[in-house]
Amino acid sequence: MNIHEYQGKQLLRQYGVAVPNGIVAFSPEEAVKAAKELGSAVTVVKAQIHAGGRGKAGGVKIAKNLDEVREYAKELLGKVLVTHQTGPEGKEVKRIYIEEGSDIQKEYYIGLVLDRATSRVTLMGSEEGGMDIEEVAANTPERLFYEEIDPVVGLTGFQARRMAFNMNIPAKLVNKAVKFMMGLYKVYVEKDAAIVEINPLVVTGDDQVIALDAKFNFDANALYRHPEIMEMRDYDEEDAKEIEASKYDLSYISLDGNIGCMVNGAGLAMATMDTISYYGGSPANFLDVGGGATAEKVTEAFKIILSDKNVKGIFVNIFGGIMKCDVIAEGVIIAAKEVGLQVPLVVRLEGTNVDLGKKMLNESGLNIIAADSMADGAQKIVKLVG
Amino acid sequence: MSVYINKDTKVLVQGITGSTALFHTKQMIEYGTKIVAGVTPGKGGTEVEGVPVFNTVEEAVKATGANVSVIYVPAPFAADAILEAVDAELDMAICITEHIPVLDMVKVKRYMEGKKTRLVGPNCPGVITADECKIGIMPGYIHTKGHVGVVSRSGTLTYEAVHQLTQEGIGQTTAVGIGGDPVNGTNFIDVLKEFNEDEDTYAVVMIGEIGGTAEEEAAEWIKANMKKPVVGFIGGQTAPPGKRMGHAGAIISGGQGTAEGKISAMKDAGMKVAATPSVIGETLIEAIKEAGLYDACKTH
Repeated sequence: MNIHEYQGKQLLRQYGVAVPNGIVAFSPEEAVKAAKELGSAVTVVKAQIHAGGRGKAGGVKIAKNLDEVREYAKELLGKVLVTHQTGPEGKEVKRIYIEEGSDIQKEYYIGLVLDRATSRVTLMGSEEGGMDIEEVAANTPERLFYEEIDPVVGLTGFQARRMAFNMNIPAKLVNKAVKFMMGLYKVYVEKDAAIVEINPLVVTGDDQVIALDAKFNFDANALYRHPEIMEMRDYDEEDAKEIEASKYDLSYISLDGNIGCMVNGAGLAMATMDTISYYGGSPANFLDVGGGATAEKVTEAFKIILSDKNVKGIFVNIFGGIMKCDVIAEGVIIAAKEVGLQVPLVVRLEGTNVDLGKKMLNESGLNIIAADSMADGAQKIVKLVG
Repeated sequence: MSVYINKDTKVLVQGITGSTALFHTKQMIEYGTKIVAGVTPGKGGTEVEGVPVFNTVEEAVKATGANVSVIYVPAPFAADAILEAVDAELDMAICITEHIPVLDMVKVKRYMEGKKTRLVGPNCPGVITADECKIGIMPGYIHTKGHVGVVSRSGTLTYEAVHQLTQEGIGQTTAVGIGGDPVNGTNFIDVLKEFNEDEDTYAVVMIGEIGGTAEEEAAEWIKANMKKPVVGFIGGQTAPPGKRMGHAGAIISGGQGTAEGKISAMKDAGMKVAATPSVIGETLIEAIKEAGLYDACKTH
């Protein structure tokens, strides 16, 4: 789960990580009020969307007075921002962050991620702030530094100092940088983050070490123990069908094709998409109904697939281990009847209770095309949607 | 022969009184697995499916001599269940539970350093040695005894591959599901090493998916060390970057973990790679025919 920059900065502040003062606003009036309250000589008006690259896309403005704040707020609110991370359709700005301007001397990068190869959280830092860190890693890997963190002792003082020196933080500010990194690690661990990125971290003219941006991503599996993070979820930033699916504990991702897929197991669901593409079709979604799905869950899954107007046909591919084929069949039948199925439906069933499942589908009176294997089913549905 | 588990393996079920665990305990017993004990804190002294239940793993091991544990404990408590199995010095702990917070697993991995227990999973279908011992949630009937080892990050894709092999008359030694999480206990190389040494395993199917670099590392190891043919498949060839495809570990990020990279690493290691999951069986047969192993692998 992602949160907005201003929410990330609230968290950082709670953990003693220095950030500029700022206030979120939902209207030009609130923006002006916020700027008055901040009272800084220069005010930054920042579009809040869950995507990077906002600066380049014109989503960050520098205002020198309250009139400019109002003007920029009007311009940004309701605007569709297209950045390299939003896709061509862009994202509508519904919130803006009003922040005091900072006297930037130099920009750096600092981040925390899980390194899968070592199974440890790793601190990454670079002098190359404000840039796409993946580019830095690809082009100048020698300017990107890593500290692997032992979970028993956490980030140690010497590691943070070594990082600060490697990043060429001015010697007199190293202690502030260390405090910054310590706070960052603490919030990462205590809130079960998956990624925390500060890009840029800046050193200011008045000798502060502060986070100018904040990107947080949280481990979805740990949200149950962080209601305060759950409250930060912004449904406007997510796909409506993905939200609906998450209510039923279904793993769903929208894609731009026209063949709806319903599969059990993440690996098989990906492989089903691959197989459809292999035969020249285009999947409309990734959907894993999971191992313990009930007929009700299957029904909801079916409705979500059909709510996508692009869907011209559906392929159900089930290899029942825990998942029983008769349960899938029951769900498919109920859903198809409830929504009045208008598109072709190909079903491939294999595994536990397969004969019963097939029998139920045959006797349902629905126009269901049976497939003998995944390849057979994929070819049939691709042909049917033309 | 086989790897990790066989007909003599004595299995303990952690979280045995939960509904999923009960269902699968019954299935495992029907398959012939020796389930000797169950553990549910507070239910010690009772019995389910004819299996004695204990309050702690330590107690269960002392009383029954269990050497492998299978964990069905709900995600919030699963990491602790793994630690308990490690503390009791079991040979192996197989964790079926999905959705364990990843930082819990970071701690578990650290705790396990230098300890005796091997962890398989979490978020995996388990391990099965055909006709001898089934530990986990996979449907038993698709497996037949034979000479092909299977190792996979995905549960249902493993079933798909095993089913194809069985239909083609190619039996299996052991199928190991290593799980779809970013931090797990046993990796591809661990299992490949076992198959390489196992006299009964003549060839191996390795099923990976997008995310991380485990497949690339495994391919490198195969190139340098593997004495037997290995065929591969990678799921998620059409997955968009930045989206978590169900498994917490299945995500392309920062240009890493793409299917193309993994497939080319596998090919570079001399492996045959199935273009679609439907031809995993066929691809394996091609490889064993080339190696002159087809007749030896054909079991029925």
